[in-house]
Amino acid sequence: MARRYDSRTTIFSPEGRLYQIEYAMEAISHAGTVLGVLAKDGVVLAAEKRVTGKLLDLSSAKEGGGYGGSGEKMFLLNSNVIGGVAGITSDANSLVNYARTVAQQHLLQYNDDIPVELLAQRLCDMKQGYTQFGGLRPFGVSLLYAGYDPHYHFQLYHSDPSGNYSGWKATCIGANNGTAQSLLKQEYKDDLGVEEAIGLVLRVMSKTMDSTTLGSEKLEFAVLTYDAAAKAPKAKIYKPAEIDALLRAEGLAKKDEDTEMK
Amino acid sequence: METSFALTGKGYVIVAADTTAARSIVKMQIDQDKIKELSPHLLMAYSGEPGDTIQFAEYVERNIRLYQIRNLYPLRPAAAASWIRRSIAESLRSRNAYSVNLLLGGYDTSTHTPNLYWIDYMGTVVEVPFAAHGYGSYFALSLLDRYHDPEASLEEGLATLKRCINEVSKRLVVDPGKYKVKVVDKDGIREVEI
Repeated sequence: MARRYDSRTTIFSPEGRLYQIEYAMEAISHAGTVLGVLAKDGVVLAAEKRVTGKLLDLSSAKEGGGYGGSGEKMFLLNSNVIGGVAGITSDANSLVNYARTVAQQHLLQYNDDIPVELLAQRLCDMKQGYTQFGGLRPFGVSLLYAGYDPHYHFQLYHSDPSGNYSGWKATCIGANNGTAQSLLKQEYKDDLGVEEAIGLVLRVMSKTMDSTTLGSEKLEFAVLTYDAAAKAPKAKIYKPAEIDALLRAEGLAKKDEDTEMK
Repeated sequence: METSFALTGKGYVIVAADTTAARSIVKMQIDQDKIKELSPHLLMAYSGEPGDTIQFAEYVERNIRLYQIRNLYPLRPAAAASWIRRSIAESLRSRNAYSVNLLLGGYDTSTHTPNLYWIDYMGTVVEVPFAAHGYGSYFALSLLDRYHDPEASLEEGLATLKRCINEVSKRLVVDPGKYKVKVVDKDGIREVEI
């Protein structure tokens, strides 16, 4: 019976629901997990990649100059904000581009990095527009925003297709987010340092990801800290080699078959 | 004829402007307030083409206030200065340019430092420890070069301001008479008598 109201995105169902938005969230629940944890001196993001395989050409991600990341889950939105996306990749690319434009417009007007919450708000204002007029479907993307600004220092926000957003100490979107969320609830402590947060994120990821051991082919990783010497936020999206090194340091890397034979 | 001064000190910015509104040889008003309070920690003294001044000053005031109401926190002095500069620069390259000079003094509540910006009608913005606009600047700037101390207490800062005011009274052919003096620090904005 609900089907009659599905064809239009911008109208309510008799029970007062917006089905297209719910269906968008359903699409996201099948996408690769993105996990974020707020520490007192930084924010950590990790994501599970779904687009993998031997034939995938990632040479630009591995050696390239760029800002890091394979361009599937983690994006630099501005020098003080990293975005993690879950959902329909092409929709996500469109939103990331919009976010980057918004951040630069703010920089042009005020010669200042856009406050993190303000960036989240602008994206949400746009997403909400797609639920109310135009007759177009909503974006099938949820985002996590990890950022720093001088007003509220380190922050983590989550926005969904309805155009709603909220601030979090630790949260998860995409597949298995329920499991990850309860794990985070148990293990998160308020005064975590960035190093501990990295450990927490990797442990929770290994428990919720489909694959048995973590590796740079399936994992994207990013950390946002503050460089006191440069007096500016530092956004780092890890390259595959750096992810492998980090996993080895945390003791979560895949065991190397060859050395075991020795 | 319109004179304004500003100087920074330890955790504060003093902004002073004369209170005379005159046209040709006639003083029409002697208690005009030429310092706008843009936000709880931001002051802006304006001078220049009559009409343009109040029009632009109110435009700035409204937009800075709107930002603060819409968003969660007020604009920091540096960001406000950039926004103002861009507004002047855009108006300059249009049919009717605003001809307004400004002194923007504020307390940045994120970095806990006072900031002062000298802005002219062409969209020049410089961050400075002290500044002045108008004919009075010819007398005041050298005094401020000599006596200004960025770590001075408020009393010492006001004493330095008094030196400037007295010098302009003594030497400028059209004495501005009275000044309005406002201070901005971590506690906000207040008016002081000197």
